[in-house]
Amino acid sequence: MVSPISIHAPPPEAGCFKPVRRSDELPIDSSRLEAIVAAYSNSPHYLVQILHAVQAAYQCIPPAAQVYLADALGFTPAQVQGVVSFYGFFYETPRQYQVLFADNIIEHFQGKAVLMQHLLDRLGVKVGEVRADGRVCVDNTACIGMSDQGPAALVNGLVVTRLTAARIEQMADLIEAQTPLSAWPADWFTVESTIQQRHFLLSTPFEPGSALRVMQQKGADGTLGELAQAAIRGCGGAGFRLDSKWTICRNTPADTRYVVCNADEGEPGTFKDRVLLQEYADLVFEGMTVCAGVIGARQGFLYLRGEYAYLLDALRAKLAQRRAAGLLGTAILGQAGFDFEIEIHLGAGAYICGAETALIESLEGHRGVPRKRPPPFPVNVGYLGKPTVVNNVETLALAAKALVVGSERFIALGTAQSRGTKLLSISGDCSRPGIYEFPYGVSIRTVLEACGADPTTVQLVQNAGPAGLSLSPAEFDRLICYEDVNTTGALMIFNHQRPLIEVTQNFADFFVHESCGFCTPCRVGTSLVSRLVSKIRHGQGSTADLEELRMLSALIKTTSHCGLGMTATNHIQDSLKKFPAVFQTRLHEERPLHPCFDLDAALSEAQQLRTHASSC
Amino acid sequence: MATEQTIILDGQPVPFQAGQTIMDAALAAGIYIPHLCHNPEFKPHGSCRVCVVDIDGRTLSACTTKAAAGQQIACNTPTLNDHRRAITQMLFVEGNHVCPGCEKSGACQLQAVAYYLEMLGPRFPHFYPSRPVDASHPTVLIDFNRCILCELCVRASDQVDGKQVFSVGGRGINTHITINSPSGLLGDSTLDIHDKAVDVCPVGAILKKHRGYAAPIGQRLYDLQAIDVVGDVALVQEAEHDA
Repeated sequence: MVSPISIHAPPPEAGCFKPVRRSDELPIDSSRLEAIVAAYSNSPHYLVQILHAVQAAYQCIPPAAQVYLADALGFTPAQVQGVVSFYGFFYETPRQYQVLFADNIIEHFQGKAVLMQHLLDRLGVKVGEVRADGRVCVDNTACIGMSDQGPAALVNGLVVTRLTAARIEQMADLIEAQTPLSAWPADWFTVESTIQQRHFLLSTPFEPGSALRVMQQKGADGTLGELAQAAIRGCGGAGFRLDSKWTICRNTPADTRYVVCNADEGEPGTFKDRVLLQEYADLVFEGMTVCAGVIGARQGFLYLRGEYAYLLDALRAKLAQRRAAGLLGTAILGQAGFDFEIEIHLGAGAYICGAETALIESLEGHRGVPRKRPPPFPVNVGYLGKPTVVNNVETLALAAKALVVGSERFIALGTAQSRGTKLLSISGDCSRPGIYEFPYGVSIRTVLEACGADPTTVQLVQNAGPAGLSLSPAEFDRLICYEDVNTTGALMIFNHQRPLIEVTQNFADFFVHESCGFCTPCRVGTSLVSRLVSKIRHGQGSTADLEELRMLSALIKTTSHCGLGMTATNHIQDSLKKFPAVFQTRLHEERPLHPCFDLDAALSEAQQLRTHASSC
Repeated sequence: MATEQTIILDGQPVPFQAGQTIMDAALAAGIYIPHLCHNPEFKPHGSCRVCVVDIDGRTLSACTTKAAAGQQIACNTPTLNDHRRAITQMLFVEGNHVCPGCEKSGACQLQAVAYYLEMLGPRFPHFYPSRPVDASHPTVLIDFNRCILCELCVRASDQVDGKQVFSVGGRGINTHITINSPSGLLGDSTLDIHDKAVDVCPVGAILKKHRGYAAPIGQRLYDLQAIDVVGDVALVQEAEHDA
């Protein structure tokens, strides 16, 4: 169950804060910090990476360290604290163990809440609080990309999958015994790549360097021509043509250009990029290198979501391998002047950084607040103001693959406007969750049958995460392609046993948690929506509240600053239209036209405010 | 040439110069577009979203969108005014805005915009956040309960005062202004009462001490004239200083 929220009463911490004291200091070893900063060339743009390193060293980011970093990097301490407090994975009070449970609705239906409560009880600690002895903090986080093998959690940043009551019991013991993570059962940290169906992209092995050799042979123009033939569209959601993006970037006059691979796969229920990076990293890096060759970039970044930190070592080893093989670094494939390096930047728990301008802000060491709506686009003004191609992991992999296999085979698949194949992350009520590669144009029904979900038992398929499209059974013959059901590659399946109001509440709360807070409609509106859903869910809503939900949904969608706000209420609008019973059956029937009054609830709110005031 | 230099704002041609935003052009022509985070002296921010207008089917903030020849802009429409009113109401419930007890009442831009948009009540349930009042500075007070996160103090302190006294912390609904000082308190910062950052606050969040109720209620800026006539309180204050 979603944690109960009383009607009207805001979560105690909403909008509540205290002045930030920078004087309660832990002993800080400045030489240690100096070494960390030096490892990142004393550059302020690496602030988020530096904060990761500081947290690894001190089990938190101590205020005194923030003062040091500010001084060393040219920020004010308040600015550094602004970055620390923006990202969900950074904290200022030390703890030996940080356990973050994935809070996606899929994990809820897998029994996450009970497991989490069990751990909290065993450790004698409340959600989000650090235990008095500094041992542990247990909290929630948004989907960590493990819906096919949940319930899952992050322990000190590393993924633990397939949680069970027995694992939780043992985890509590390990934490109490202060056992280092390296001595925890190794199989807990296994992340499986459950590839259920392979096609164009995943079916044949990829030989590293093969796409680069095609590029070398065809030249930059020929390569762009081939990619234009393939008509690859970006897999991040917008569907912008890859060749157009690269061409615009290439033609923008500049002394420096950048390639960024967006691996901040944050749409709840999506895990295709995780599998690509785990199993097909060469394809992705090769796609980036091809892009660099075409647009003339010497530097690339893989922006890896913090949840996938477990992939770091393997990815770095892969980069080293490619360097050794002459596929990265200076004079790639022996071609003088073809120099390109790839760095991995680790995100830190912020869904908004999947939005390309927020990602760029984060890469530059800032809070992940999206820039004003384009123009200018990042292909013209991107990282450090230079032309930057930002492509999704899958898009870059497709580019490399299409070059090797040839565009003819690619465009033979799919539909007129959506060529080739699409990776789908499938989770929820089906017998075979995992990754499915289908040509575009496949129907929802075919996908359901392939993954072992009987379409007659399914009441909702949520496409492309909470920001996407909610599909009712009447729509199961719709097709996955840009002409019809546009997808980022996630399908969450819910059968008739699932209470959809819980799905709605979970999605609404997700946006409260992930709104960056910059603009009014998204910052405040998402909280108002969450409270209204909660009110209806508790049987206290009226028809007027439904109207209010409609109004807020339209308002947030229309007036928000960025794509997060513009899509945050899609699920509400879809539910109101396609699943009206979700709300209607819970309205207070006795007085359908008036908000009802519940004396106990009203008093409990006052009580909560009183305790809240005394504690804050 | 004339058509190339003109936008169409609610059916009316409005001239503009290259580089100007829709807000710039409207202000220059004496046309009021409700706004809170915008102050023409600073780089547009686009965060309050009160100035949203419809441009060729897209809803964008007038303060951050460049004017382009022939642009068809709808501004004063019932739907947009409904949106603006609701956004203003959001700001009222997000913080703790107790107008009758606020020193800024009558000269507060949030209140004036609310009047202009015919807001009759807060509409949404109040959040009642617990936020501090920082009275540690000898001559300036900051009451975070009234902050609407326009970030004008952040911008002014950085761009004009060169001090970076104010910053932004937190995320989402917990976003808030922070103060750059060892204690996190204003009294410990380098803020001076003559700083631009003190004058730009459109609401009663940053106030000068020792001069309360200098103008009696009923004789304050927006008591006398509506905001679409008299404009932003910060700009009027400035004009008074200069006079």
